Amino acid sequence: MFDIRLIVALLMGVYGLVLTVLGIAFTPDEQIARSANVNINLWAGIGMLAVAAAFIAWARLRPLKVPPPPDDGPPQ
Amino acid sequence: MSVLAEADLRLDANAVDYVLLGLYFVLVLGIGYLARRQVSTSLDFFLSGRSLPAWVTGLAFIAANLGAIEVMGMSANGAQYGMPTAHYFWIGAIPAMLFLGIVMMPFYYGSKVRSVPEFMLRRFSQPAHLVNAISFATAQILIAGINLYLLASVVNLLLGWPIWVSVIVAAAIVLAYTALGGLSAAIFNEVLQFFVIVAALLPLTIVGLYKVGGWQGLVDKVSAGPGGAEQLDSWPGNQLTGFGNDLLSVLGLVFGLGFVLSFGYWTTNFVEVQRAMAARSMSAARRTPIIGAFPKMLIPLIVIIPGMIAGVSVAELAGENKAALLAGGEAPSGATFNNALLLLMRDLLPNGMLGIAIAGLLASFMAGMAANLSSFNTVFTYDIWQDYLVRDRPDGYYLGVGRVVTAGATVLAIGTAFIAASYTNLMDYLQQLFSFFNAPLFATFILGMFWRRMTPTAGWLGLVSGITSAVVVFGLTQSGVIDLPGQGSAFVGAGAAFVVDVVVSVAVSYATTPKPEAELVGLVYSLTPKADRRHTTTGADAGWYRNPGLLAGIVLVVTIALNLVF
Repeated sequence: MFDIRLIVALLMGVYGLVLTVLGIAFTPDEQIARSANVNINLWAGIGMLAVAAAFIAWARLRPLKVPPPPDDGPPQ
Repeated sequence: MSVLAEADLRLDANAVDYVLLGLYFVLVLGIGYLARRQVSTSLDFFLSGRSLPAWVTGLAFIAANLGAIEVMGMSANGAQYGMPTAHYFWIGAIPAMLFLGIVMMPFYYGSKVRSVPEFMLRRFSQPAHLVNAISFATAQILIAGINLYLLASVVNLLLGWPIWVSVIVAAAIVLAYTALGGLSAAIFNEVLQFFVIVAALLPLTIVGLYKVGGWQGLVDKVSAGPGGAEQLDSWPGNQLTGFGNDLLSVLGLVFGLGFVLSFGYWTTNFVEVQRAMAARSMSAARRTPIIGAFPKMLIPLIVIIPGMIAGVSVAELAGENKAALLAGGEAPSGATFNNALLLLMRDLLPNGMLGIAIAGLLASFMAGMAANLSSFNTVFTYDIWQDYLVRDRPDGYYLGVGRVVTAGATVLAIGTAFIAASYTNLMDYLQQLFSFFNAPLFATFILGMFWRRMTPTAGWLGLVSGITSAVVVFGLTQSGVIDLPGQGSAFVGAGAAFVVDVVVSVAVSYATTPKPEAELVGLVYSLTPKADRRHTTTGADAGWYRNPGLLAGIVLVVTIALNLVF
């Protein structure tokens, strides 16, 4: 059984990291001016890193349990 | 139109954007591969072995519906009508989702049926079952094709790929993960898609609001623009319904959209109900639509508001262009409201965010198509193949059939995608027509669940006459005999179908013999022991925050508050 929370965390974490780095160093000024002077790469990146961290924390605190066998007999 | 498409909608995606987009597709296929290892029986393939936690099925429940039509269509409606579009969420979805979880789910989940048509078979008889199974399966193939075509046309606009290349590539990706991992792969991908869609649209909304000077700036600009301040309040929504009278408009929204159309869609459409059937317990199944309702309440804020922002800030859509489009003409710029989201992304997002926004759009289109495929293969395999064509084979045989059917359905969807490409209007009509089908289904279900006297003959006769009257009303509105602009005609058609279904079902029930009561246990309210409708409150279902009734109450209060604020 794999944990979908870790896959969400992986995607959001990589997206967040790439955006944060872009926002800090590689987003040209004219693109920032275009997006209403908000460095959206940076802020969205930080937001996604926070989401990723939250999912990792959740998966750590409440790990998947192997489900008990169903009590209503085998499926037909 | 084509001038605009070629030159102005092409986004300046660079290498970083493509890498971010590529990473998403790698994970999508990876989920298909991982989910494959959990599939050993047909129930694993078609219903995820009824093993998933409620938050997963709940997010999948709304992500399955968050397809192309929802994201592009609702932002287009936002640009055109403004806040009244939120009714599609607050009136048109939330009450029906809560009703499904609280009232209907005990029968769907408790009776252990494997699909919505199978409930028809057990409650009524084979004719009702066949009508439901065949109309559902046909609708899914057509809608899958429409989703595929919309996906391909957006890829074509954004990245410049030819339509046929994007159709086949997108179909191959969706097929790969749904055929490998079945419903689990579709559901886990829907969860991932949900987060990507939010990650794409939330920053776009925030930047857009900064651009127009905050919420107050948006209010001022919309009020001053064509459409006026009426677009800032969700009620009475006359522009949306097409009714001139305020009271009629409110009634149309509450009964037409709120009651008949949306209850039909959310409570009988197997695409949605299947997600709840995959939950691991009765409690989780009941919580599925209720947990889904929490994000569903807030989605209009990141779909409709960007549309409204585009309607006042994107040069091709604002001012005289919006006025011309509202008057029913063509904008001087050549843009349409359907371009709202794409144009806003083009105007505002830097490289990086742009790649994620493209990933979010493609994710939403694939979510729609995968949901169509995964519900089609279940209904076709269980309800048509196993019940009527090839019976009594071992379970492994039907698992194999499911995989083959998924591939066949994909090929058919590619076919319908090309039909959609050549006859855009035809597809619009068909889709509207299918939206009418849900209203009589809801009438038949709700009567069948709560009225034990209803007979098998009434089941299929009511359904057929309801569908027929929907088609008749549809024909009358299309040919101009009944004239209702806006969404009013859909509300009237669905309402007529509902009433005819109820009248015919009741009349026929009194003239024919009902099923013996012993066969209806678990399917009809008054014949189901209370203990069987209850859910357990121990183990993974314990705790006040897992109580479906309490959660539903919270959703209701917040929805009412949202209606008061807007």
